[in-house]
Amino acid sequence: MLKFPIYLDNHATTPVDPRVLDAMLPYFKEKFGNAASRNHPYGWEAEEAVSMAREQCANLIHADPKEIVFTSGSTESNNLAIKGAAEMYKEKGKHIITANTEHKAVLDPCKHLEALGFDVTYLPVDKMGRVSAEQFAEAVRPDTILASLMFANNEVGTIHPIAEIGKICKEKNIIFHTDATQATGKVPVDVQSMGIDLLSVSAHKMYGPKGAGFLYVRRKGPRVRIAPIFDGGGHERGMRSGTLNVPGVAGLGKACEICKNEMSKDRAHALALRKIMHDRFFNELDFISLNGHPEHRLPGNFNVSFAYVEGEALMMGIKEIAVSSGSACTSASLEPSHVLRAMGVGEDAVHTSIRYGIGRFNTVEEVTYAANKTIEAVRRLREMSPLYEMVKDGVDLASVKWTSH
Amino acid sequence: MAYSDKVIDHYNNPRNVGSFKKEDDEVGTGVVGAPECGDVMKLQIKVDDTTGVITDAKFKTFGCGSAIASSSLATEWVKGKTLDEAMQITNTAIVEELALPPIKIHCSVLAEDAIKAAIDDYKKKKASVGAHSSADGTDSKS
Ligand SMILES: Cc1ncc(COP(=O)(O)O)c(C=O)c1O
Ligand code: FES
Repeated sequence: MLKFPIYLDNHATTPVDPRVLDAMLPYFKEKFGNAASRNHPYGWEAEEAVSMAREQCANLIHADPKEIVFTSGSTESNNLAIKGAAEMYKEKGKHIITANTEHKAVLDPCKHLEALGFDVTYLPVDKMGRVSAEQFAEAVRPDTILASLMFANNEVGTIHPIAEIGKICKEKNIIFHTDATQATGKVPVDVQSMGIDLLSVSAHKMYGPKGAGFLYVRRKGPRVRIAPIFDGGGHERGMRSGTLNVPGVAGLGKACEICKNEMSKDRAHALALRKIMHDRFFNELDFISLNGHPEHRLPGNFNVSFAYVEGEALMMGIKEIAVSSGSACTSASLEPSHVLRAMGVGEDAVHTSIRYGIGRFNTVEEVTYAANKTIEAVRRLREMSPLYEMVKDGVDLASVKWTSH
Repeated sequence: MAYSDKVIDHYNNPRNVGSFKKEDDEVGTGVVGAPECGDVMKLQIKVDDTTGVITDAKFKTFGCGSAIASSSLATEWVKGKTLDEAMQITNTAIVEELALPPIKIHCSVLAEDAIKAAIDDYKKKKASVGAHSSADGTDSKS
């Protein structure tokens, strides 16, 4: 039995794994203590949960538990990493490198720093959304102190050459931050072999609760220092003051443990479901294109443009399926996806894009249903599309003089 | 976003989808918008030469659900109207009828523009038929 609407928006957030919820519940109920209370068992119990979670988080990314700083999620982790490192190393230089397909939670802190006098290079990406190591190396300057490049993109799933860039950063003495919100738990992430100094993770993208996450902060080779954003009780070794969200932290830890143990299974599952959709679409529809990289890609990400069919209209036709689109019409600001635009796939491909985000709990029946519905809706809307008609009549759309408004 | 029942109805059962032959003397065609903006509307009217009444209308739209609904509604509204009456249709009437939220107002503007463009095209055609008596259906702008 299918349950509607079918959730295929696992990049936006994921459902909490029941095992994660079970790990959290005691810390709402009988074990409600403050992890910072040192003088009674309530505090000790909470601290035990936190220290177990710290280990589970560290294990997933090959870090030391002492290198995990709990936060409220990736927006906070990114802010803390970027502003914190910039503040700490500003005497060394004022140049920062990032890319223009980053999440707003990286772009906006960078803009903030620009206003404070830092100099930020926003690397362009190729058509598949990737920055190359050579391109990165060319952007490095003597005054570069920090690089922030996401591990995997939240819209098109493209994975950057993280290990290669990490190596360049080591050689050039640049602090390397990666927003690994979408990648952690889905693909192998190893801060040691990949030369990562700072790494942002959010629990709700990996079957954990919302409002919990961590920042990995390297302690050895080199010891990375960041200035805190919050001043207060000096929690998390002074890097993040504030009473820990113990149930959230316990859930985050459990989510990391499950992702580590089940990564190959989750991955194979997502790839199999994605292949079903991919094959159906590409066999049964013309004028469609995959956005993002065919190989360097998150297993659960499937981003497709259905030419001549506007994304929001398509979503309306597949309302039994929860997905998202890069189309301007779907966004509150009427701004189309900055990621697809940066990739230069063409404005029309941006407006016709749909992102399917496949996750652990999706089934063959669900993606089959989603494929059927999508194909049906695309065909119906193309019958209504003046563009499709023109193309079928042999008109070159690029040669038409449009009346933009 | 939540759609009004009327938008959903027009989206699910669009009225008058299709095309007339652009070359026909009695047909006026308006194409407005641009693919890069995410919306293109084609609205066509068929006009009775002697009475000046719009006897039929068709549309095709690339755009969001509100744009599809606006153009579908526009084809319903122009039918049976004279050219002058059809010129009076405003986007605000469309907004009201479909209960469009502010962010979707431009979709209704596009529908109004499409009606006007179609009427314009028809009138130009008529004028050039009168002048040269050999209409080829193309725009006669010099
Ligand atoms: C790549 C990326 N970075 C950061 C965030 C923000 O994460 P959070 O919701 O935990 O603040 C998200 C989630 O939308 C994301 O996909
Ligand atoms: S066509 Fe884009 S919002 Fe209506």
